[in-house]
Amino acid sequence: MGKRIGLEVSLAVSEAVKMARVDAVAAYPITPQTHIVEELSQMVADGDLDADFIMVESEHSAMSACCGTSAVGARTFTATAAQGLALMHEILFIASGLRLPIVMAIANRALSAPISIWGDHSDVMAERDTGWIQFFAETGQEAFDLTIQAFKIAEDKRVLTPAAVNLDGFTLSHVIEPFDMPDQEEVDAFLPTFEPQVILDPDNPVTMGPVGFPEIYTEIKKQQNEALLGAHEVILEVWEEFEKAFGRAYRPVESYRTDGAEVLISIAGSTAGTARVAVDNMREAGKKVGLIRTRLWRPYPFEETRAAVKGAKAVAVIDRCLSFGGPGGPICSELRSALYPLPEKPVVNSYIAGLGGRDITLQDFYTVVEDTYRVLEEGPTDEYKMIGVRE
Amino acid sequence: MTNDKPTWKEYPMAATIHHPGSATGQNTGDWRSERPVRDDSKCDKCGICWIFCPDAALFMDEDGFYEVDLFHCKGCGICARECGKGAITMVEEGE
Repeated sequence: MGKRIGLEVSLAVSEAVKMARVDAVAAYPITPQTHIVEELSQMVADGDLDADFIMVESEHSAMSACCGTSAVGARTFTATAAQGLALMHEILFIASGLRLPIVMAIANRALSAPISIWGDHSDVMAERDTGWIQFFAETGQEAFDLTIQAFKIAEDKRVLTPAAVNLDGFTLSHVIEPFDMPDQEEVDAFLPTFEPQVILDPDNPVTMGPVGFPEIYTEIKKQQNEALLGAHEVILEVWEEFEKAFGRAYRPVESYRTDGAEVLISIAGSTAGTARVAVDNMREAGKKVGLIRTRLWRPYPFEETRAAVKGAKAVAVIDRCLSFGGPGGPICSELRSALYPLPEKPVVNSYIAGLGGRDITLQDFYTVVEDTYRVLEEGPTDEYKMIGVRE
Repeated sequence: MTNDKPTWKEYPMAATIHHPGSATGQNTGDWRSERPVRDDSKCDKCGICWIFCPDAALFMDEDGFYEVDLFHCKGCGICARECGKGAITMVEEGE
């Protein structure tokens, strides 16, 4: 069996990548992701990881190189954040469109301007529709586990779609947490060698990414979307297998004290830790409050989300991203869409908090829940509210 | 819509082409409105037309002249423009 150790979360992600026996890493450093690839670079330089580390001049090149290494059948990893992720934008579509099972860690960070190196989810939300499988980790252990799982899911021949593991910049990436670190043999037993279906091979040449005339483009996009939707079932399978092997359970939507809850807080990422304490305190004060946490973001877990909010009077969705000029937060929009067909559904309120590294405090959760009770009595007054903003 | 074209399930994943060179079967010659015609008395077989042809639609015959593959030639006229001897003239199709 493995051992229990304390480790910086970024370095634990690097360790997961090493234990996944990755063949190639192409990356460009950017805060707060840097420690992940810096450590991988060190591992390769020290001979502890038998992989090619490709140094590139930009994130656009990093993702392009990843497409190349994945296309020749190499298990491929990269990591980035914020502007770096934004610079990868067009190549993210190519990775998913070519069905290349690259795994990427995103140490979530706010987008400029103004320049912010601190955490929020605006970077990944801008890449929501790039066709990648997307997870949000709450804890370091989860970031470690999801990284290993992501390879197995992405490389499954029913899926063959790239996957991103989101971990909050600094508040998760840079903290030291306890880890149940598995043995290499345990990881090897769980994660088989990548067996690509089609590769670039001079002896058996193929053309990847040819022009898709109007006659076939729609069909190819349908193919791609079916693979992403089908990933849902594979993800559940892989999580079941993971639980059997490592004893940790993973679900698309995590629920906490939702039994008999009138108001549910919905959140993604590391802030769920604070949210749980807030829920405990409010429960102690007699308020029927629970928590749901989005772990799987793409493919969106419609059924699990509907089941998670069943019976609640209201859901207060806290997004760490503002959809400018839109309906509020992106997670809230998806939740509303998921609930819209239901004959009976809770009131759904959108709150924006934790932008650019601002803490989401216990008081912020109390404010959100109080406002949600007010809306239940008085009806909605705003499309969304920004929490903690100085008026 | 029903027709005899392949469904999304029938295409290779990501539209990958498993038999490269498939474009050689495409008759791009039917895009052409003008075709290059060579004057053998001016041509010195230098091959500049062959070098510049963007579609590899020229090939050397046994006498060393560069012949046009009209199945692929799109009639862009680059060969005529680059020819240092003025040996190639673009002639309208149908003439």
